[in-house]
Amino acid sequence: MKAQEKKFSKYHYLYTRKIKRDKAITVILQVFILVLFLGLWELLAYLNVIDSFVTSCPSKIVKTIGVLITENNLFYHMGITLYETIMGFLIAVFLGYVIALILWWSERARKVLEPYIVVLNSLPKIALGPIIIVWFGSGSKAIIFMAILIGIIVAIITMLNGFLATDKEKILLLKSMGANKFQILSKLVVPGSFPTFISMLKISVGMAWIGSIMGEYLVSRAGLGYLIVYGGQVFKLDLVMAATVVLCMLATVMYLIVAMLEKCIIKYKN
Amino acid sequence: MNTLLEFKNVSLTYQTYTDEITAIDDLSFSIDRGEFVSFIGPSGCGKTTILSLVAGLIKPTSGKIILGGREIQKPDGNLGYMLQKDQLFPWRTIEKNVILPLEILRKNTSKNREYANDLLDKYGLKNFKKYYPDQLSGGMRQRVALIRTMVYRPDLLLLDEPFSALDYQTRLQVCDDVYKIIKAENKTAILVTHDITEAISMSDKIIVLTSRPASLMAIHKPHIIGDTPIKKRESEEFSGWFEKIWKELN
Repeated sequence: MKAQEKKFSKYHYLYTRKIKRDKAITVILQVFILVLFLGLWELLAYLNVIDSFVTSCPSKIVKTIGVLITENNLFYHMGITLYETIMGFLIAVFLGYVIALILWWSERARKVLEPYIVVLNSLPKIALGPIIIVWFGSGSKAIIFMAILIGIIVAIITMLNGFLATDKEKILLLKSMGANKFQILSKLVVPGSFPTFISMLKISVGMAWIGSIMGEYLVSRAGLGYLIVYGGQVFKLDLVMAATVVLCMLATVMYLIVAMLEKCIIKYKN
Repeated sequence: MNTLLEFKNVSLTYQTYTDEITAIDDLSFSIDRGEFVSFIGPSGCGKTTILSLVAGLIKPTSGKIILGGREIQKPDGNLGYMLQKDQLFPWRTIEKNVILPLEILRKNTSKNREYANDLLDKYGLKNFKKYYPDQLSGGMRQRVALIRTMVYRPDLLLLDEPFSALDYQTRLQVCDDVYKIIKAENKTAILVTHDITEAISMSDKIIVLTSRPASLMAIHKPHIIGDTPIKKRESEEFSGWFEKIWKELN
């Protein structure tokens, strides 16, 4: 309101111009790196300096994606992987949050379960692959379970740390008003740990992707991870690269959605 | 009887794994309704512990603490606690921060909300109700924190060095504000401080404590002329009292 009426000196103009210019240079450099990388890759493959049978090249990747869409039902594979990832993400986040709440609530539970959580956290979950296959078969169920397994421990630890970081003096204040434990939780601990919740979501998105692709590597008949492994086995590097590119795009979109969600909520709150 | 709070031979011993620390040793005093009482003593002597006892957050090892005729069992919303930092919740507006105790005590009625609203209006926060705490200055935030302790009409206010996080200029001003508000609303208040001038300028009664374990060293009633802490600081008797308490503390 007031900012519009205010007359700025030329130094302000210079200052904002510098900021805009810095921003533009950053974007230009980012695009430049991408173009340079793809161009060099394509050129070297074209000149037969590198063997495009082993390294593939951008034009072949694009062609392969086209073929995948028209002949191999790419969207079906994307859908499968997306479904597994989102289910793994949602369940890991939900269970992680609830378990972290329980651990915050009960100091006894926290102390008793601590060594188990430490062991589970350090265990490479992929080692449980064979067990998961035996238990859940070779469908989406096994892969979702893998995604949950990989995501949940980090979700619990992140959230619990957020809950425990609640300002002691604020707890004291609520106690002096006569607040019970549930009120401390609902009025202070949960809203106060909201930023932690958002960062936990961001971490969990990444974890869910690791879980679902890893799961598909181990055991699957469909999905992007399946395409990548299959492509590797029959030495079709074009397929491997094409599936990886699609995966990259999906993962970025999902991360952006979470980031946007964060912005929306913060805006709504203010 | 006009006595609001009474300590009868209160002692408190902390337990740690390797040690046993006596924080308070046989402390007795009483506070009347409407009085403003300061506790002053060497740092680490257990001043804050006294407030925790009054709030019912910890129990004395021996002795009795009687508030309004009843022995204190646990926090029951009969007193307001104000801490060094304002401890406003950053995700709540000023208005919502102030009614937090009403929500906790399940007294969130329209009548009580109106009272909270009136207090905000009365003490210069009328235009800031929809603001968030980080949009306000430190002094204003402490005023909000004080109003938050009063919305549920507690018998007693506990002030734990509420000015020490403020810079000197603001501190004098907020000190004045808080004093005026407490007197205007006719509240009983206990202030814990290590600032002798603050204690002298605000209090009807000053209780000087020994170093740990805290016990009673002296009780003073400086009847200094002046309506407000800043006026009292200008009076002639002020430095006399300062010297006297300074000597006792050293």
